Amino acid sequence: MSLLARPHYPDYSTAPVQHQFYPYADNGGSVVAIAGDDFVVIGADTRLSAGFSIYTRNQNKLFPLAKTTVLGCSGCWCDTLTLTRILKSRMQMYAQEHNKTMSTTACAQMLSTMLYYKRFFPYSISNVLVGLDNEATTLSGTAKRRFTKLGGSAGALLQPLLDNQIGQKNMEIVSKEPLSQEKALKILKDVFISAAERDIYTGDSVFINIITKDGIQEDKFELRKD
Amino acid sequence: MSILAYNGGAMVAMKGENCVSIAADRRFGIQAQTVATNFQKIFEMGPHLYVGLPGLATDTQTVMEKLRFRKNLYELKENRRISPKVFSAMLSNMLYEKRFGPFFVEPVVAGLDPKTYEPFICNMDLIGCINLPTDFVVGGTASAQLYGMCEALWEPNLGPDDLFETTSQALINAFDRDAISGWGATVYIIEKDKVTIKNLKTRMD
Repeated sequence: MSLLARPHYPDYSTAPVQHQFYPYADNGGSVVAIAGDDFVVIGADTRLSAGFSIYTRNQNKLFPLAKTTVLGCSGCWCDTLTLTRILKSRMQMYAQEHNKTMSTTACAQMLSTMLYYKRFFPYSISNVLVGLDNEATTLSGTAKRRFTKLGGSAGALLQPLLDNQIGQKNMEIVSKEPLSQEKALKILKDVFISAAERDIYTGDSVFINIITKDGIQEDKFELRKD
Repeated sequence: MSILAYNGGAMVAMKGENCVSIAADRRFGIQAQTVATNFQKIFEMGPHLYVGLPGLATDTQTVMEKLRFRKNLYELKENRRISPKVFSAMLSNMLYEKRFGPFFVEPVVAGLDPKTYEPFICNMDLIGCINLPTDFVVGGTASAQLYGMCEALWEPNLGPDDLFETTSQALINAFDRDAISGWGATVYIIEKDKVTIKNLKTRMD
């Protein structure tokens, strides 16, 4: 009881005062990308949050880096801002040096190198880089590797659904038809609706970029806001 | 690592139109090492009543035996079948008795009411907090994956065949993304006058 009765004065404490700084924040968010034969769709939710509070309901997490290259980021927002700023300036330097914009594959390699450069103090971001490769040589502009990818707070919820619906895992009747842009968009919206239902860091709305050889087309889709 | 994730496992139950389903994987492992692929996690507690006990395997079996004992005593004393609602309350109470030294299981109950044949599903945490949703419940180490699958695949008023397909697809695709669940699955479809048990072949890696 004597402990309760005596007030605590930190200035007169003999124990050393410890302060600590944690350099990372988790601002949540989810990014999903689906590639077809000649297009890619990428979507990111627009909620920026920290713990139980929401900073904004309208934050775009997609960064168009070139005519057919987009980067989607989720995780620590301050790291995202720094990474994309450096990424853009390095792409500008490349363009001025070589008189052409970087290809998606070159962007991917540079991103990998930039992330590994900070091996022992990493950027805490889930990155999803999408685009069309060989855009200069191929007429149609193809996304060669057809795959789905996602990153962020609702990763575990979304990946099995994409395996099933896009990867056609555990399906008996497998359709040989190439994935259409309409179907990819439909599935993208459906997985975000599912994620917003159970993940508190995903919601509000989805920003979508549809990348074809003609460039990037933007779209927006509303999610639940609670 | 949580003791609930020591053996691994995935469990799901869904409501349909006059039917319910409950399904689980068949793996028994110790951390990353798979020991058996025929482990039973779902137990019959009556003609229309099943309980699934994902979590620590030793507690799965202990809790099952304690439940069977208490259920038998109830049925001898009352001379009638136990309803899913009463059974869940009994289980919840049993788990909360061990509030500060709990059994490491997250039970899922699925069944039909013995009188009205009303579908019933519920799940609870390891100390017996009951959750009674209208659609589906999940449990085990693949619960996040199962939430994503069920949220997209489930719809109201599924018939027994559609319910089987929905439950199986939700479970299999979910545990294929969990390293410590899978290695086969068992699905129970509980209807008024029949219970269908199916063992599913799945990828074994």
